[in-house]
Amino acid sequence: MRKLALSDEILLSVEKPARYIGGEFNAANKDFDAMDVNICFCFPDVYEIGMSHLGIQILYDMFNRWEGIYCDRVYSPWPDLDKIMREQKIPLFGVESQRPVKDFDILCVTLQYEMCYTNVLQVIDLSQIPLLSKDRGDDDPIVIGGGPCAYNPEPIADFFDIFYIGEGETQYQRLTELYKKVRREAGGDWRQQFLRQASHIPGMYVPSLYEVTYYDQGGMEGDNPAPRPELAGTIASFRPLYEDVPERIRKEIVTDVSDTYYPDAPLVPFIRATQDRVVLEIQRGCIRGCRFCQAGMIYRPVRERSIDFLKEKAVKLLESTGHEEITLSSLSSSDYSHLEELVNFLIDNFHGQGVNVSLPSLRIDAFFLDFMSKVQDIRKSSLTFAPEAGTQRLRNVINKGLTEEDILNGAALAFEGGWNRVKLYFMLGIPTETVEDMEGIPILADKIARRFYEIPKDQRNGRVQIVASSSFFVTKPFTPFQWAGMCTKEEFIAKARHVRNKFKEMRNAKSLKYSWHEADETVMEGVLARGDRRLAPAILEAYRMGCMFDAWSDFFHYDRWLLALEKWGIDIDFYNSRTRVYEEILPWDFLDCGVTKKFLWREWEKAQQELVTANCRMGCSGCGALVFGGGVCFEDKSEVR
Amino acid sequence: MKIRVKFGKYGGLKFVGHLDIMRYFQKCMRRAKVDIRYSTGFSPHQIMSFAQPLGLGVTSDGEYMDIEVNSTDTSERMIQRINAANVEDIRIYSYRLLPEKAKTGMAIIAAADYEVRFRYGCPFDLKEAWPRFMEQTQILIEKQTKSGKKETDIKPLIYEHYPMEDGLFLKLSCGSVVNLKPETVMEALYSFAGFTLGPLDLLLHRKELYGELAQKESEEHCFLALEEMGVDITEPMCEGQSR
Ligand code: SF4
Repeated sequence: MRKLALSDEILLSVEKPARYIGGEFNAANKDFDAMDVNICFCFPDVYEIGMSHLGIQILYDMFNRWEGIYCDRVYSPWPDLDKIMREQKIPLFGVESQRPVKDFDILCVTLQYEMCYTNVLQVIDLSQIPLLSKDRGDDDPIVIGGGPCAYNPEPIADFFDIFYIGEGETQYQRLTELYKKVRREAGGDWRQQFLRQASHIPGMYVPSLYEVTYYDQGGMEGDNPAPRPELAGTIASFRPLYEDVPERIRKEIVTDVSDTYYPDAPLVPFIRATQDRVVLEIQRGCIRGCRFCQAGMIYRPVRERSIDFLKEKAVKLLESTGHEEITLSSLSSSDYSHLEELVNFLIDNFHGQGVNVSLPSLRIDAFFLDFMSKVQDIRKSSLTFAPEAGTQRLRNVINKGLTEEDILNGAALAFEGGWNRVKLYFMLGIPTETVEDMEGIPILADKIARRFYEIPKDQRNGRVQIVASSSFFVTKPFTPFQWAGMCTKEEFIAKARHVRNKFKEMRNAKSLKYSWHEADETVMEGVLARGDRRLAPAILEAYRMGCMFDAWSDFFHYDRWLLALEKWGIDIDFYNSRTRVYEEILPWDFLDCGVTKKFLWREWEKAQQELVTANCRMGCSGCGALVFGGGVCFEDKSEVR
Repeated sequence: MKIRVKFGKYGGLKFVGHLDIMRYFQKCMRRAKVDIRYSTGFSPHQIMSFAQPLGLGVTSDGEYMDIEVNSTDTSERMIQRINAANVEDIRIYSYRLLPEKAKTGMAIIAAADYEVRFRYGCPFDLKEAWPRFMEQTQILIEKQTKSGKKETDIKPLIYEHYPMEDGLFLKLSCGSVVNLKPETVMEALYSFAGFTLGPLDLLLHRKELYGELAQKESEEHCFLALEEMGVDITEPMCEGQSR
């Protein structure tokens, strides 16, 4: 029987103790003591969310296939257990091995959203590892960060020894080999040697090997003769401390996604995870180029998995997990070339055997409606559209290729087929937004309702219900809006109120519902997203003040964050509201995600001119991602889809 | 065909609650490729029912679920197959065919065996206190009901009992009508001995679940372990095939 790290008393006094027992079906359960390298993979949020993450499942499986390497997992203990562990000084442990995290060689943390940063500190702290990279010694694990937030790692650079930029499948083997070699040869004093040599591996960013200087408030720096007031407070230089350390780091990607690691038998948790199903990643990247979307830029170019690969995996995964549902994962499923064939395969082979097939992020058209009528009880499901903006003008600004006609026609088709519930997703505060754009949201919602009531009574299904919700626009690095200013909290709220009032004036107001997300969290997310190294002490301060689980509205304490920022002299407006100039060195400029700064700037200018850019299949717009030598950039485009 | 499956639940799995165990077995059945029957409709579910939920923190040698299948291999091979699709802390012990008209375990459950041990030791002399406790003509406990407090005598619901080397054995009434939890008995015993039972004082282990054989005028209970109501399958079978 496995020995658990926590006593029965503790486990019986916390919510959902199964979060902490490991032993899931398909767990690797390797012998910790017989390994060369033990890696603990962390998702810094609660177990049910972390277990749903496909990326960890892929890397967990990859590491455990390798001889001499064992990969375990750790998640954020929920506040109830967090408190007990602090009081009793119990070190955080890997759920599967139940060994203290500090006994592992490497702690890999996936950074999926900015609001998890205090949870990263929680995990490192509870593991009894020094929070700051510079305080760690030869007995501490190497702490590595990866995932989308590693594309601006600077606000949390002080807490990490290495950031891995890009897809994990390619360079971890080299990194673990190097680790073994240095540990073997260097003896006691290995840490600095390892980090220095790791910086030579593609995709590895070792923040301690770089130095940043800033313009002062007058725009002066060093012996530069002329002041640059427009650059006041921004980065003046960012360079490696040593010649052998690369100046720029290019992201790593897998070029052939049909010939790479993908688990045949992923972990099956005991408690219901957010994704309690087989997840089939059909492609990486997105051809669309929506200008607000960071994923759409950093995961370029689009690489599709072959249909045979996916069919084979679907069969194996359903068999090995016993899941009752399979879902396809990608940023825009409708763009996958063999979607119809794949979906028909899934329905023919699994539907009716107690397996549900679900398809998120699908365009609403005849294919979608046909699919839905086969797999779901339409009376219970709702249609989802994400126009993001209320008018065509603003949709052009963000390059969202969804027209009002698409929406109304899609909705009409669905209404005739018996649907009567619609969900709409919008963003408020997009750069250049006018009152007309804001009011376009209720107007569009109302038009959809009108379309419903145009259908003869005996051919439609009862009353229509339209639920619109808006989030506030956050500017992300590596998007064309990375130079744009964000709205302030007050502006956001005023906009949302305006939209709400307008909703009440609509003819079908009774059929329409409107809600918006919190503005406080958006403001903090903005600061963390585009912050620089000067933020680290404030993040640490917020954590010390008890901030944790910031992504959970119930636990988010805006007041504490404000205090922490103030204490360290961090000006929210400097990070959020300010519009940047082209010459400014952005904190993430030293990273190369393929998409060039020139391209992004061109897109920023086109956005302001309300001009759209073609998607990768209609024509290449020269974003720069061609350098990776694969994917959509090399597809034959003579036949336009 | 109706099948009754007996299983045990150990170790860390005692922290997985009843609802999650139900979900767990649905996936387990699929992994083991059990030809289980599904309900009809838009979201079909497996025909599966559990005899009696097990509390969080309790281990067991004798849990039961009833399923319906279209076809099946022999009991021996089915046990092997399901165990291969199980985590190590859940073990299948028997897989038996029930008569076509058999009621589910849930419907007929009448008694359960428990072993009660003490996490921190028993604070009083159990071997001395237990017989005295059971010699009482009535063991009254207060129950909170909707219409206020109510006194019940639990003595008739304790069917069998004896002190063990390190604890107590109890056979208690179990089921939807009169369900007596071992915690309730122990709480009464503690208070009889002048102590208060703490929430974590006991280590509970369920041993077996029983149905009641048709009981007429006689006073004596006649219990049958749920697995005894089925027979081992020795040849592969298909629905509709004559037996
Ligand atoms: S290089 Fe062209 S085809 Fe390739 S991702 Fe960029 S825009 Fe698309």
